[in-house]
Formats: sequence, C-alpha cells, structure tokens
Amino acid sequence: MVTRDRLFTIIITVVIAFVAILALFPLFSLMISSLRPSSELMRNGITLSIPFKELNFNNYTYIFTESGNYWSWYMNSILISAASIILCLFFSSMVGYALAVYEFKGNRFIFILVLLILMVPFEILMLPLYQLMIELQMIDTYLAVILPMMVAPIAVFFFRQYASGLPKDLMESARMDGCTEYGIFFRIMAPLMLPSFAAMAILQGLSSWNNFLWPLVVLRSNTMFTLPVGLATLLTPYGNNYDILIAGSVMTILPVVILFLFFQRYFIEGLTVGGVKG
Amino acid sequence: MIERAVSTTNSSRPKRSIKGFFLSRKVVPYVFVSPFILSFLLLFLYPLISGVVMSFQTILPGQTTFIGTSNYERILNPTFFKALSNTTVYVILTTVILTIVPMVLATMLNSKFVRFSNVFRASLFIPALTSTIVAGVVFRLMFGESEASLANTVVGFFGVEPLEWKFGAATGMFLMVLLATWKWLGVNILYFMAGLANVPRELYEAAEIDGAGIFNKFRHITLPMLKPITVYVVTITIIAGFRMYEESYVFWPEGSPGNIGLTIVGYIYQQGFRMNDLGFGAAIGVVLMLIIFVISILQLTLSGTLKKGG
Repeated sequence: MVTRDRLFTIIITVVIAFVAILALFPLFSLMISSLRPSSELMRNGITLSIPFKELNFNNYTYIFTESGNYWSWYMNSILISAASIILCLFFSSMVGYALAVYEFKGNRFIFILVLLILMVPFEILMLPLYQLMIELQMIDTYLAVILPMMVAPIAVFFFRQYASGLPKDLMESARMDGCTEYGIFFRIMAPLMLPSFAAMAILQGLSSWNNFLWPLVVLRSNTMFTLPVGLATLLTPYGNNYDILIAGSVMTILPVVILFLFFQRYFIEGLTVGGVKG
Repeated sequence: MIERAVSTTNSSRPKRSIKGFFLSRKVVPYVFVSPFILSFLLLFLYPLISGVVMSFQTILPGQTTFIGTSNYERILNPTFFKALSNTTVYVILTTVILTIVPMVLATMLNSKFVRFSNVFRASLFIPALTSTIVAGVVFRLMFGESEASLANTVVGFFGVEPLEWKFGAATGMFLMVLLATWKWLGVNILYFMAGLANVPRELYEAAEIDGAGIFNKFRHITLPMLKPITVYVVTITIIAGFRMYEESYVFWPEGSPGNIGLTIVGYIYQQGFRMNDLGFGAAIGVVLMLIIFVISILQLTLSGTLKKGG
C-alpha cells in the first residue's frame, strides 16, 4: 500500500505542478518580454528562448518619461476604482444590513429583486443605459462609469448573508442606551462586519480595475480612458506602441498581484462569493 | 403618517418633527434600502423597459419612429447566426473544459497526496486577477504569426507548419477558449474544493473498508456529492459564455476576418455602437435576454429537482 500511495503522490504532484506552471507562465513571459526591445517583440512576439543579452529596462524608462496618456489612464483607473469601492460598500452594506436585521413590509420582495438583477447580464442593459447617460449628459465622465456599479446586487447579497449572523441583542441594548438606528449600524454593527467589507472591497475593486466594455462605451476622450480601455487602443497591427503596451500591462497587474499576496484570504472569499448558498 | 410612525419610537425622542420621522423604527429600514430602490428603478427597470421599447424603433438623433417587429425580422440574417453559432460553440467548449478539469484538479488538491496545496492553489488563482485585456496582450504575443513565436515553436516540435493563429476559424476559437480556461480555471477549482470540504470523511473511510479503490471512490462518492456545486459552476460558465466579448475583442479589436470571432455581445456592440443602429442592437439584446432567461429557468428546475431528490 505504501508504495502505491507514493506513486499517487508523485503522479498527482507532477500533474498539479505542471498545471501551476502553465498558469503562471503567461505572466512570467509578460514580465520577461517587458524587458525586451519592443521592435523585436513586434516582429516575433513572445519566443520560447530568452535572449538574456537583450534584456534592459528601456521600455520602463520610456513609459516613465514619454508615455503619452498612460499615466492619465492610471490615475483614472485609481480614481474610478477607489470611488466605486467606497460608494458601493457604503450603499450595498446599508441595504444588505437592513434586509438582514429588520422585519418590514417589502423585505422579501426587495431580496427577490436583488436575486433577479443578479441573473440579468449587464450587457443586455448596456444600450439603453448608454442612451440614459446621453440624456443625463454624463458621457465621458467618471460618474458614467461609476453610477451603474454603485449598488452591486452581489455585494448586497453578501452583506445580507453576513449581517444575518450578527448578534441581535447588541442592537437591543444599544437602543436601551438611546442610540439611534443609524448609530447602531455605523458605530456597532458595521465594525462587526469588517471582514465582509474587506472581501467586497476586493471584489468591487478588482472588477472595476479590470472593467472593460462599459468604460469603452461611455468614455470618449483618450485622457479619460481607464487602463484596460487605454491599453486596448494600443492593440494595433502596426505595433508602434508596443513599448507602452507591454510595460504598461505589467504595471497594470502588478499592484493587484502584490495586494493578492498580502490579502489572499479576502481575495478568495470575494471572488467566490457566488458559491455562498442563498 | 408621521404621527403614527413617531408614536412607535422611543418616547425620549422629539415628536412631530422631520428628524423624528427619519428616526422611527418603521421608517429606518426604508431609508437603508432606498439606495437600492433608486438604483433599481433608474439603472435596471428603466433601461430594461426602454430596451424592449427601443427594439421596436428606429432611433436617429432627435427622431424616433416605431417600426413594429422589423428589427426582429432583420435579426434572422447570416451574420447573427454566425455570432450565435460561435457563441454556442464557445459556451459548449468552455463549459465542458471548465467543469471537468477543475473538478479533477480540485479532487487531486484535496487528497492526502499533495503537500503545499496552498501554494498551488494560489498560483492557479493568480490568472483570475489579470484583466482580460492584459491577458490578451500576452496571448497575442505568444500566438504570433511569426515562425519564431512561442506557439509556432511548440507546434514545430510536433512537425506542424507555423500557423496563422488569429486568421483561422478553428485556431481563433482555440485562442478564445484557451484564454478563458487560463483565466477561470483557478476560481472553478476553488468552487469544487469548497464542495469537497462538505463531503463527510466517514463516507470515504467506509468505502475503504469495503475495499474501494481511488477511482471507485471518486465515481461513487465524490461525483454524486459534488452535484450541487457542479450545477452551479455549469450555470455560471454557460451564462459567462453567452456574455463573452472581451476574449474576442483582444484578438480582433477591429472585427475578425470572416467574423470567426464574432459573439452575440460583439454583434450588439458592432450594430449598436459602431453602426449606431440602436434599435437593432436592442433587439439583439432582447434575444440574448431570452436565451439567458431560458437557461436560468432550466438551472432552477434542475437544482429544484436536486433538492427534492436529496
């Protein structure tokens, strides 16, 4: 039996290590490629052999000195992600909390609406929402990108599940002390919900950092673009901007990967929230 | 109204004031859920209804005309069927791959045979953090047309001539499916691992006493126990597949040769935004909504039957 177990250990470890290498390989080769001359990259793409002699930091020097609008895109992405994290967490937690702790007329109905919206893909609402943004004269503004993300049904759902596990007698005793219902939420219950805020901040931040189609639709001027939209404009067959494209791609995912290494648990919790049983 | 609401609040509160109204226990929940109600009305219900209305119209700047069902009649054209068949093939391939492979890998990761499973799990998860556009940049460069590109070097080992990956129907589909598989494998592994954590250990122990081997245990214990999570993973993969656009956009930002990469959402984007035919785009959106609606109903009945059975 022992030898058979050892055989399984070897086979399974080899298989999983192989898959893990395949998963990391594209990002590894992106890093290496960002150190290669962009003209070479344009001609042959990523190659199997690494020409160590060619490697240098020229693409990075270039992006820090004459980068076109790259840093505007970066700022836009940071501002939009930060704003949508703050607004979405604030509003969604209030809604989820109320659905969990209060009995009121319409509670059940609103929760069903939340689940309903979860099932309808955003892409279907995209054209009429675009029309609405034109009517509201919001085209080419941050607000147009942020507005549809402000109350995320998935976050409402998650906060509701989390808040229903909170001790309700705390609320009663706070009421006895003359605390208002708002005070109870902001001073007592919200701090208890902190881990759920972390997971949702990551889910919301990541989806807004990587969001592509909606910003592409509502943003018009190059200086207003977010990182994915801006980088996508460099995907031309002429390859005249490969230096910015490749170094810029690395710097787009770097902060996310670094955050992941520190807050792995919350990333995993946030990204698999759909699997939580309803 | 205010009178009645205030009467239920703490007696120490100021009565008959606006402040008192907003502090009352009856009103507070509605204040809390008001952001959702507002965003539901403005950003969901209104666009949903106006989307359906738009699909019966021709929309030009400052001039909107009702044209009956002619947008829907126009949908029955070869380009739409190309988009529909591309999307369907993509959905089938990603669903099969992104269910079976993560299920097997999760079972392996969960077994007693693997050490450092946390490290493996983390490395498999990292692709999910990557923006599809950035991932597309890498995949475009790996699958370049040049003879020296990584992909062509690899197929060269097997004696295959260099391929023009982005210009063939089969290789183009392969690129999109590969990109999605790379990105979502780790997340689906986590779903299955969460499902496996719920399988009671005693079941395996009992099976071992009966002399069941590793494959029998997988087939008769793991597989049935994973049914609910499998239904969930299949559903999200199917719906994500029908919503797919970015995986196609990164390879063909200006549209693909012979529409080999055209998807339904891509067709909405092309018609609605590029050609400015908003009414027609909205009609395609309604059709997509119906497709997804049918799938969701199927999923609900399927998981409903499961609940009765279990």
